Amino acid sequence: MNMLRAQVRAELQAVRRNGEQLLLTLGIPVLLLVFFSLVDVLPTGTDNAVDFLAPGILALAVMSTAMVSLGIGTGFERSYKVLKRLGATPLGRPRLIAAKIAAVIVVELVQFGVLIPVAYAVDWRPASPNWLAAIGAVVVGTMAFAGIGLSMAGRLRGEINLAAQNGLYLLFLLLGGMIIPLAKLPVGLSAIAKALPSGALADVLRDALEQSGTRPGTSWIILAAWAVAGPALAAKLFRWDS
Amino acid sequence: MSAVEVNDLVVRYGALTAVDGISFCAEAGAITAVLGPNGAGKTSVIEVCEGYRTAASGSVVVLGLDPARQQVLLSRRMGVMLQDGGVSLGARVGDVARLYCDLYGKGVQPEPLLQRVGLADRIASSYRQLSGGEKQRLSLALALASKPDVAFLDEPTAGVDTAGRQMIRTIVRDLANEGCAVLLATHELDEAERVADHVVIFDRGRVIADGTLDDLRSGHDEIRFRSSPALDVVALANHLALVVRAVGDGEFVVAGDASNVAALTAWLVESGEILDDLRAGRQRLEDVFLRLTGGAS
Repeated sequence: MNMLRAQVRAELQAVRRNGEQLLLTLGIPVLLLVFFSLVDVLPTGTDNAVDFLAPGILALAVMSTAMVSLGIGTGFERSYKVLKRLGATPLGRPRLIAAKIAAVIVVELVQFGVLIPVAYAVDWRPASPNWLAAIGAVVVGTMAFAGIGLSMAGRLRGEINLAAQNGLYLLFLLLGGMIIPLAKLPVGLSAIAKALPSGALADVLRDALEQSGTRPGTSWIILAAWAVAGPALAAKLFRWDS
Repeated sequence: MSAVEVNDLVVRYGALTAVDGISFCAEAGAITAVLGPNGAGKTSVIEVCEGYRTAASGSVVVLGLDPARQQVLLSRRMGVMLQDGGVSLGARVGDVARLYCDLYGKGVQPEPLLQRVGLADRIASSYRQLSGGEKQRLSLALALASKPDVAFLDEPTAGVDTAGRQMIRTIVRDLANEGCAVLLATHELDEAERVADHVVIFDRGRVIADGTLDDLRSGHDEIRFRSSPALDVVALANHLALVVRAVGDGEFVVAGDASNVAALTAWLVESGEILDDLRAGRQRLEDVFLRLTGGAS
């Protein structure tokens, strides 16, 4: 237990010391949420833009922490032989993974603790929120994104991993129904976008928060499939040694 | 039983055989230097001992444990210094030391530990801000956090300045005096000569010499001196009836013991040659090494 606590503390120190990770996990989501809620230029199809944006931005927050922040951090740890060195301590891989999961959960709680009040401040009034379903979606989405982030972190070189994670972040942001409704994408593109974990998570969250989770449908199935496939792929691809 | 027992170890990377049947032992309370040129297989052997790498054949036993299968058990008693890296660039020195002290849970406190390696004033610095020598000393501190019974140090003084080297040597000697088996890999002969009790010399994946420094140097007395580069080596060799070699830059080596010094100096005076830097005694490790590897360093 002491080892786990020590490693969780180290993981959180790493997040805190990395300015660009804070920008990614908090700065950008808050900025997008506030800006596009106040400046009504997005084709959200709702009377109040924030009703569409808030669930999407929560999905973005999950993606930025579980995929990009975890993936970039772990990728550099692999390049700098941090994981290798930890391998020669009594920590062990299961505890290292548990510490990383715990740190992701802590960061997500901080994100929600900031983003939800900010959303309320810009007049978000979720129609009929089902918070339990939303939490479930966040857990499954976290597994999916962590799997994708670690698959890249476990194979690609430090700098290439950094570029790939950021590129995928932008792609998922634009095609993920987070700020742009999928219905506005060209037909072919929207079909692809629906199969992505970003679109699935945003859709499930929006449904849970705005329609009390009554329209589960295919998005849940897609998200669950990513949550199984992502970690499985990471387990297969991950190389501890650089 | 020795603390580290390597028996007929073979390590392969695809078609390349990096370690080709190496055997040696390292004892508790002693510093064993694994010496050899880059690519001789030193790091491969150490990584098998640490549990990072598996052997193609042969066996390695460290503190009675199989490192590959019992790495977590071994890690509680093992200090490791990787050849480089091991710490995130942005991590603070004090935080990293605290983490490793907590992971090993041996009651070592981070502040005295950093004090011991001379980094007490760098506690708030990030790893990125440290010099090469400071990075090596932090890495050594992390190895000490486990209060190790066995320590594997891969090139511990590489890139370290003179004062830092002296500090590292003192710490490593103290560690051995406390009963730890220290296995140190280096390609610097000078370093091995200064710190090691026992030297194992590798060349191209094989052991070519194994013993104490005295063992390796015995029977190879020599006299070294400097004179004019144009010195008539053949005439001197004939006069002394010994082999005389010019080793460059006005330095010469006579293959003989100190009893020949008088005859040597007399001949130099008679021939009107200058004499400088005379030294008689055992061969330096460098000469042993060059003799064994046939000059390939």
